[in-house]
Amino acid sequence: MVENRPFLTFLTHLVLVAGIVLVAFPVYVAFIASTHTREVLVGGMIPLLPGGHLIENYTQVLSASSAANGLPSYMLMVVNSLGMALIITFGKIAISILSAFAIVYFRFRFRLLAFWIIFITLMLPVEVRIIPTYKVVADLGMLNSYPGLTVPLIASATATFLFRQFFMTVPDELMEAARVDGSGPLKFFRDILLPLSRTNIAALCVILFIYGWIQYLWPLLVTTDPGYYTLMMGLKRMVAVQDGEVQWHLVMAGAILAMLPPVLVVILMQRLFIRGLTETEK
Amino acid sequence: MIFPNRALPYLLLAPQFVITLVFFIWPAGQAVKSSFEREDPFGLSASFVGFQHYARLLTDPLYLDSLGRTAVFAVAVTALSMAFGLALAVAVNRLLKGGRVYTTLLVWPYAVAPVIAGLLWWFLFNSTTGVLAYFLGQLGIRWDHNLNGTHAMILIIIAAAWKQVSYNFLFFLAGLQSVPHSLIEAAAIDGSGPVKRFFTVVLPLLSPTTFFLFIVNVNYTMFDTFGIVDATTAGGPAQATNILVYKVYNDGYLGLNLGSSSAQSVLLMLIVVVLTVIQFRYVERRVQY
Repeated sequence: MVENRPFLTFLTHLVLVAGIVLVAFPVYVAFIASTHTREVLVGGMIPLLPGGHLIENYTQVLSASSAANGLPSYMLMVVNSLGMALIITFGKIAISILSAFAIVYFRFRFRLLAFWIIFITLMLPVEVRIIPTYKVVADLGMLNSYPGLTVPLIASATATFLFRQFFMTVPDELMEAARVDGSGPLKFFRDILLPLSRTNIAALCVILFIYGWIQYLWPLLVTTDPGYYTLMMGLKRMVAVQDGEVQWHLVMAGAILAMLPPVLVVILMQRLFIRGLTETEK
Repeated sequence: MIFPNRALPYLLLAPQFVITLVFFIWPAGQAVKSSFEREDPFGLSASFVGFQHYARLLTDPLYLDSLGRTAVFAVAVTALSMAFGLALAVAVNRLLKGGRVYTTLLVWPYAVAPVIAGLLWWFLFNSTTGVLAYFLGQLGIRWDHNLNGTHAMILIIIAAAWKQVSYNFLFFLAGLQSVPHSLIEAAAIDGSGPVKRFFTVVLPLLSPTTFFLFIVNVNYTMFDTFGIVDATTAGGPAQATNILVYKVYNDGYLGLNLGSSSAQSVLLMLIVVVLTVIQFRYVERRVQY
């Protein structure tokens, strides 16, 4: 701030508070809805203050008794979403740190080709090649399985580039010292590079966990067995009934619970989140 | 300096290479191949038909309509979320303290799944339970995104923009924090007020960030909003929100029209390639600054 202008400062806070209210509004209404009975919600104007059915509604969502519409229990979908998010997170980090290591610390034939093949994955998001990818997964017998849900999403150019960028800033002297001491590449990787990459790995974990948790299109394609449904699919199915019969109070309770894990990750690990976001997107 | 080793680098690259080949390159190649072929109804044989699918697509009013709607959707979401993101970033950047708390309260929608974002806004605009639909009714607007195509489009624009504001906010904030303070002070000494300083000094210096965000946002709106559309309008009413990504899914996965769907996939790939190349060329140039 260059000069002190009380009015502008007031305006600044006003803009921010208004922004926060606007951003939080849909979630607030969802939360309110999740604390009332269905009758209150469909009986005209929904209240703007919480009702007394919070515990009742949330227990009903979490308990198996709500497993209507051919849906598995909520807890099973939590397990599936969590499994998918974690496998994608660790899988992506593992394969991209290894390939970045290969590209930066070795000279070999086809090095440039490897680099380009990884780069190309940036240009082929699942969304643009839905049918052929589905076919490959089906031919490999991977429909309705954890590998089918995760492996096709695991290749990642952004994570590889992030590690490559980082490895190139690691001083050469470290590697020379390691070689003088007689340690091979794998020992160097394990004892020096991995510990140095800790912060980058943590930042990537945050971003990739969110990425894995919010996947929707891919699980929708490859799972037909309700035993493999994820939360995002389950919620969509809960509203895919006749318009008048949507159990809004339960849907909204389910939605609030389903957005909690990634939102908490962002709030509690804000610094890592911002780092991960700005580093991977450059 | 490098490690001399013959086999190891290939082993290290193998997992990424195999996954990329099997699940990225091969399917993409298949999409290109079947976009030039017509399969018989039983999928037993295919014959080469050249650019027929493309020619049909590019003269199909439905496809051109979907293209136009995708453009409207992308531009609207990009403009809306960037304007809000910039306003909030400018505000946080002005604060000497408390910026972190405000940031925390503004960035979390990034972590909300598109499907859930769609559900939340659908609930607000729903004719039986929706708060916003109710208020609009009081203003004399009969909101009905199930019948009115414009309403449906506005609904998905708001839901998609809501989710993206946090992203734009963070990048604009980073951009603002790197604007040299001396320039702003110099402008202030020369007698220009905050508004003039913003438009003549800050905004031009932000233009690399703005350009980067524009590309990223167009990319996001075109490809990452599938969940929003599927949870709210499912492309309807009467194709009003049938954006390109949704159409590929609809025609190929639900409609089983493989040739046309593949041709659509290939056209989408071309769009992503163009966007990625623009983004990376720009990043290379920015590094030299």
